[in-house]
Amino acid sequence: MIRTPLRPLARILEARAKGENPDAIERENIRIRHEQMRDRARLRAEGRLLVLGVMFFCAFGLIGARMGVLAHSEPSEPRTSIAGADIFAQRADIVDRKGRILATNFETHSLYAQPPQMIEPERAAEELVKIFPDLDRDRLLKDFTGKRKFLWVKKKLSPEQKQAVHDIGEPGLLFGPREMRLYPNGKLAAHVLGGASFGREGVHAAEVIGVAGIEKHFDDRLRDPAHGHKPLTLSLDLSVQAAVERVLHGGMTLMNAKGATAILMEVKTGEIISVASLPDFDPNDRPRPAVEGDASDSPLFNRAVQGVYELGSTFKIFAVAQALELGLINPSTIIDTKGPLRWGKHRIRDFRNYGPELSATEVIVKSSNIGTARIAQMIGTERQQVFLKDLGFFEPTPVEIVEASGGQPLLPPNWSELSTMTISYGHGLSTSPMHLAAAYATLANGGRKVTPTLLRQPAAQLGPRVMSEQSARASLSMLRKVVTEGTASFAEVPGYAIGGKTGTADKPRKNGGGYYEDKVIATFASVFPAHAPEYVLVVTLDEPVETSGDEPRRTAGWTAVPVAAEITRRVAPLLGLRPQIEPGELAGITLTAN
Amino acid sequence: MRSLFYLLTALAVIGLAFWAYRENYETQAAQAKAEELQRAISHERQRLRVLNAEWAYLNRPDRLRDLADINFDTLGLLPLQPYQFGKIDQVAFPPEDTSLPILSPVDVSNMEAKQ
Repeated sequence: MIRTPLRPLARILEARAKGENPDAIERENIRIRHEQMRDRARLRAEGRLLVLGVMFFCAFGLIGARMGVLAHSEPSEPRTSIAGADIFAQRADIVDRKGRILATNFETHSLYAQPPQMIEPERAAEELVKIFPDLDRDRLLKDFTGKRKFLWVKKKLSPEQKQAVHDIGEPGLLFGPREMRLYPNGKLAAHVLGGASFGREGVHAAEVIGVAGIEKHFDDRLRDPAHGHKPLTLSLDLSVQAAVERVLHGGMTLMNAKGATAILMEVKTGEIISVASLPDFDPNDRPRPAVEGDASDSPLFNRAVQGVYELGSTFKIFAVAQALELGLINPSTIIDTKGPLRWGKHRIRDFRNYGPELSATEVIVKSSNIGTARIAQMIGTERQQVFLKDLGFFEPTPVEIVEASGGQPLLPPNWSELSTMTISYGHGLSTSPMHLAAAYATLANGGRKVTPTLLRQPAAQLGPRVMSEQSARASLSMLRKVVTEGTASFAEVPGYAIGGKTGTADKPRKNGGGYYEDKVIATFASVFPAHAPEYVLVVTLDEPVETSGDEPRRTAGWTAVPVAAEITRRVAPLLGLRPQIEPGELAGITLTAN
Repeated sequence: MRSLFYLLTALAVIGLAFWAYRENYETQAAQAKAEELQRAISHERQRLRVLNAEWAYLNRPDRLRDLADINFDTLGLLPLQPYQFGKIDQVAFPPEDTSLPILSPVDVSNMEAKQ
């Protein structure tokens, strides 16, 4: 580049000759040079701004375009990472305590139709009806030839059916993959498992959602992909459950009962080993809920947690245990049992007259209503309420199935002293058998509260103390005497030292006026072995009648007790419980001074 | 000197381009293989689930009970009863060796050597 000198000699000389100031020329030249420099700098700056602007435009354009692409593209699994391999089921399995499958998923197909693509709709309808006799031919034909563009034909197909539909060769009949819930054991533990059905449905997949039981209670946990490969482990034992259901079904048939329930619970952990309610259903093909008639007659009704009844004399032990705990009585205190006991216009009677007085132990052994009512009078209303509340009789049981919250106990609206007396022998307070099992487990657990659960527990529960260990043990030895010398003599199973209490309660009439004469709820709540309690078994029969004798017998001692004994005999070996020789009662040692 | 530099640069670019091309195709092949393996794994898992379900179905208590009833003649299976628990002291000790004890053993291996 040629630089123009600031003081060109020619012009300087010329200016000097004219007498002008040559510095003006220099200043003029400097000005021109500065202007040129300024122009160049501006040009460069403008150019840089342009480049920068273009770059920003490109960057924003790129980000915008990428966002648009991401928003509009189909999501695809990452190809290179292994993260996708962990999720392999839409819904986690449910297994029993030993890992045996109770509920799992199964790949199957659904069948849908796209009538516009059909070539021979009439033939397709004909052939489909041949494969699925439950479909209506005219209806199908109307759908196939009408305006519909899409319809579901079948939600689940077996592989054979799929092949048969495939062989029709109709391009308008299409299959969508489906995961379906399978309960391989059929009716077993139906009330616990509940059932599942499809939620939102698409062509490529459908949601499987729980509709009842534990499936619904743990729906979120089972559907959570983070837990997809971890099965939900229940406390149930498959073989024990099968044996209990089998024996209970036999017992229900023999005793002509219309329903039955059995709960087997481990004392220390509160785990429910088996819970059966009959009649039951197949969760693979869950029936529709009854819209008319009595809900409790439906096979869907879970008697163990929803069946809220007065459970009769099984409650007597709580009054006696509380009186022992409060120090009001000891097992040999003599209680006045002269009958009938009058309270206002009410009379409390015993099943038969047991004489003018009985010891506290005999009150339980012979099941005297009057004796228990007298003990309840000693305890008083407020203390009784607190005690029953501590045992969990005021709230629905916290068992992990949705139906459990429906088992709200029915308390007397006005808890008078008469209520206190009747509740002490199990009338006036309605609870579910599950409540009773939990309360007996609390007695058997040395007085520490046991909360029933359906999930496998890693360790024993350490609930709050409801009563002292001595009172609990004294109550248990009374329960043992009920079996050895009292109303539950059929419950004696050699080697298992069952202790328990029978309860026979009249069923209340539907319209609310009094009780039926010939309809009872027979209950037997038992603990075995009584000297070192491990399991609690509650058996309840609905309207049993035993007809082998001259006249029909309905008391629990003749109906529920033999069934419970048979269940214990069958189940205890399965639980690995060896028959034991019961330790004899130790002679009381009294220190005497000389 | 400068032309040599240009030549080397051009050769390096060609070499790197070739390397990148090969790496690209190898990566794609590896991805395809990984996908295939993933598919195989999920297929096997699906199959495992089906087999587990079938195992559970075939071992359902109802069926086993019926099978035990049908085959009672040969198997004679009955539900477990309490009296079937045994005790260790019900097991007899093994019988003692009844052959006569050898009190003065003779070493035979040396006899031939002595003769």
